Amino acid sequence: MKTSSLFIRTPEGIVFSQLLAGPVTRFFAWFIDQLCISAAMSVLGIALNLLELINGNFAIALYVISYFVISIGYGIFLEWTWRGQTIGKRLLRLRVVDVEGMRLQFNQIVVRNLLRFVDALPAFYFVGGLTCWLNSKCQRLGDIAANTVVIRSPRVAEPDLDQLLAGKYNSLRHYPHLAARLRQRTSPAEADVALQALLRREEFDPAARVELFGELAGHFRARVEFPAEATDGVADEQYLRNVVDVLYRTRGENHTPAGPFQ
Amino acid sequence: MIVDLQRFIAAGRPFWAELERMLGRLEAEPDERMTLPQLQLFHHLYERTAADLAKITTLSSEPETRRYLENLVARAYGEIHETREKQRRFFPLQWFFQTLPRTFRRHVRAFYLSVAITLAGCAFGGLALAFDPDAKPVLMPFSHLLQDPAKRVAEEEHATRDRLAGFKTTFSVELMTHNTKISILTLALGMTWGVGTIIMLFYNGVILGAVAVDYIRAGQTKFLLGWLMPHGVVEIPAILIAGQAGLMLALALIGRGSRASLKTRLREISGDIVTLIFGVGVLLVWAGFVEAFLSQYHEPVIPYEAKIAFGAVELILLSLFLARSGTGKKTAPEDREA
Repeated sequence: MKTSSLFIRTPEGIVFSQLLAGPVTRFFAWFIDQLCISAAMSVLGIALNLLELINGNFAIALYVISYFVISIGYGIFLEWTWRGQTIGKRLLRLRVVDVEGMRLQFNQIVVRNLLRFVDALPAFYFVGGLTCWLNSKCQRLGDIAANTVVIRSPRVAEPDLDQLLAGKYNSLRHYPHLAARLRQRTSPAEADVALQALLRREEFDPAARVELFGELAGHFRARVEFPAEATDGVADEQYLRNVVDVLYRTRGENHTPAGPFQ
Repeated sequence: MIVDLQRFIAAGRPFWAELERMLGRLEAEPDERMTLPQLQLFHHLYERTAADLAKITTLSSEPETRRYLENLVARAYGEIHETREKQRRFFPLQWFFQTLPRTFRRHVRAFYLSVAITLAGCAFGGLALAFDPDAKPVLMPFSHLLQDPAKRVAEEEHATRDRLAGFKTTFSVELMTHNTKISILTLALGMTWGVGTIIMLFYNGVILGAVAVDYIRAGQTKFLLGWLMPHGVVEIPAILIAGQAGLMLALALIGRGSRASLKTRLREISGDIVTLIFGVGVLLVWAGFVEAFLSQYHEPVIPYEAKIAFGAVELILLSLFLARSGTGKKTAPEDREA
């Protein structure tokens, strides 16, 4: 079955996933790389024009061999130097990794890049794109032979809970037993939906925002019923903010980091 | 139960940051070796971060922190659980005189198969041309091969000017790059379960056989040997070795008689394939020089006997190199004969 993630289970029993890059994203990365190669060749061409004045035969030979070496060596050199990334992959936050999560080896990089010759057939990576589309891990033939996959690494940032929650009065906290019940009855997935809705609130149309927060607030109100004095006059969005505050933060506890790095 | 995210991040962040710092250093300087206390710390940080990942996956579905931890655990996992030998410094001479011939010999059966397919192609091409000379444009649709051999020899031997003058370097480089591309394609087509590699080798043999028969029938055997031998005795084995690598890939894909998984089979041969194809590249550079600077010059400029003798010496040296080089003391585990 085709999935968008690669799951790896460590011997310690921990499962971690890597987001797999699809054929379209990879095609754009390849296109950027082709532009980079063309740019490099243009610069080299200008330099070799000067050499042509001295020795035309040698200049043309140098251009031919440079194009060959750059077009084949570009991917190998950059993926080895930048640990699985070329300029195109770096811009689109893609990375080549070992299919079992191991360290990427030089041999793997060479094999996957040399097999571009068959993936690129008959034109515009048709064979590679088709294989990638059909393969469960989105691998082209070169990836299969080299035991590699291309993953996406979206920018990772810690959620800014302070910006979202700090300094707001939370009427639900006056009822700690009900807050505890809310925490107990809410699944991680439900909590995440509420948190994500708040984090992305500015991205919604006003009408959709009102409707979404209305539905979410209704859902959490039904989970645990708080007394009227805690909820009366509280807008749906504020109610959800209070719910997330209860779910994700525990007041009055020591937040000092522990360990040998203090 | 839902984890107190802010507290969780605050408590874990110092450990994660330290692990990230150690990983960054390991990735930047792969040759650096950690001391035992550093290794213990690295392992502790990995286990601690993995435990944090398990906690946040179970108790909270906050995606960004989870993704951050997954990324950290994935990187550390690769460093800790990698059992393959770390890549050592590359010594070109040791690689060329020991690793390359040993790798060739380790998979010599694939080379014999490659030779057999090419010989079958030669036989087919030669017989086809012998029985039906009109099929020449079909068998070798290249303009420079369609000319009558006797006429060509006469032209070459009576040429008053060097037709490659001023273009020898470019010609040589074009030959090298073209032949290297064909060799890489022959290797890469191994991913079609070997069908593409077999077609490439067979077709190469067809052209070779047809050209040989064409010149022999025209009574130009000496010219043929003088023309092809100086570069051909290196170029043709190079293509055969590329075919050997392609067939190794195909055999690993098919996996007949092996209980290892596809991943394991491919992993086992990938280093050898890379060694062989780089070796092919080196051979083709030499062949390209010889073809541009020697093969294209005929009598009276260079006597055919001298060219044939040069080719024979090359063939003997290449055979000795592939058969005997690096047969002494073995220095690396991957060089062990299978």
